[in-house]
Amino acid sequence: MNVLARTTTSFARSSIGKKIIVALTGIPLLLFLPGHLAGNLLVFVGPDAINEYGLWLHNLGHGAAVWVARAGLLAVFAIHVIVTIQLTRQNKAARPAYAHPGTIQASRSSRIMIWSGLTILAFVIYHILHFTARVGNDFGGAAYKTTVHGEPAHDVYKMMIDGFSWAPASIFYMIALTLLCSHLSHGFASVFQTLGLRSAKTEGLIKFLGWAYALVIWLGFLSIPVAIWIFGYGR
Amino acid sequence: MNLTLKVWRQDGPNDKGRIETHEARDIPEEASFLEMLDIVNEGIITGGGAPIAFDHDCREGICGTCSLTINGVPHGPDRGVTACQLHMRRFRDGDTIWIEPFRAHAFPVLKDLVVDRSAFDRIIAAGGYVSVRTGAAPDAHAIPVEKENADAAFDAATCIGCGACVAACKNASAMLFVSAKASHLNHLPQGEPEKHRRVLGMVRQMDEEGFGNCTNQYECEAACPKSISVDNIALLNRNYAAATAHEAAVAP
Repeated sequence: MNVLARTTTSFARSSIGKKIIVALTGIPLLLFLPGHLAGNLLVFVGPDAINEYGLWLHNLGHGAAVWVARAGLLAVFAIHVIVTIQLTRQNKAARPAYAHPGTIQASRSSRIMIWSGLTILAFVIYHILHFTARVGNDFGGAAYKTTVHGEPAHDVYKMMIDGFSWAPASIFYMIALTLLCSHLSHGFASVFQTLGLRSAKTEGLIKFLGWAYALVIWLGFLSIPVAIWIFGYGR
Repeated sequence: MNLTLKVWRQDGPNDKGRIETHEARDIPEEASFLEMLDIVNEGIITGGGAPIAFDHDCREGICGTCSLTINGVPHGPDRGVTACQLHMRRFRDGDTIWIEPFRAHAFPVLKDLVVDRSAFDRIIAAGGYVSVRTGAAPDAHAIPVEKENADAAFDAATCIGCGACVAACKNASAMLFVSAKASHLNHLPQGEPEKHRRVLGMVRQMDEEGFGNCTNQYECEAACPKSISVDNIALLNRNYAAATAHEAAVAP
């Protein structure tokens, strides 16, 4: 075995190595969310704005950029999920239960990471089937074709309005987003600790930024199903 | 004061173990927690029973031998103290107190509240030392050490190796112990040359012993009788990445 393969294997097998992999794969996901949110919020600017943005995104790099981003994000996401499941299984195996368990300072978010994470996994699968692959709906059909500056485009606006008009979808989105917020509040700060970039001096700041980030993501994404399903925006 | 104790009893390493209820009568509130157990044991022995086995030695908070999980918290409710420094005045008359051993698969129970913590010794043997003779106290003064490094090394060196960090961790991770021991030596000029080898050796042994993985919940820091900071864990994470790269590319 060559040096690279040997090192990578032993690193990926080690406790700290696995955690560093989780942290590193978390970073692109943390960076992706604000970008995705900014695009989605264009729904409040109007049909033209979000449809134009959608068309721009799909034409970027002669249509290749969106596929590169999808492949990259999916790969990173898959590694993040697989490694955290491995870590969680090891953690469960390492700890026999206390008859009278106690918790001193661990946050609730930190204690439900695997459950918030698995809900997010289910949500991502549903979300991709819902709005990207458009399975089990006619969001890819003729009713969702429009034009932007004379060019044929997908009617993202109409798809979002119709998508969130269905109560079960909106409710699931809201639950998943709330757990995402919880997941991010612990995950954000954990990235710094795991990569060795946290100290007692920066602890407060990192914690605050993590909470602020999670809150912005939560409120931002939540505003869309709330506006459409509860307040009837665009319907 | 009178208390009800829910105590873990286990006849030997292969016994399944169970929670047993004992009444602790007429306990003076100035007794330490271990003295309270001594009083209860005297009663058990008088009645012809087998006393509750528990680890203890110095009884002044420096040896790291006592290893009780009290109401789910290693060393009990007070921060920065060991179980032997905990006094019964911290409890109220009529309280029910749960007493369990430090739980981790890497710390198998030997009897009742006594666990085998030799996994820690094997981690130390895997790199928690300096290979050469570094001389006596006067020799230490011959080498200047930056104040920041000396302080960091001293703070980490206060670890008494009791294992409360493992017992408190939801995943029975030994990261606080390993990071404190590595940080103690890595910060000093005598330990620095073997830094990479030490970090790799100790982390590998830690993984082999079957401890869990750190999930950054900092229960360890809160339970540590010496209040050792999780900053050491951040440092160990960083040092481990550097040591891995060093081993792959540079080390002979």
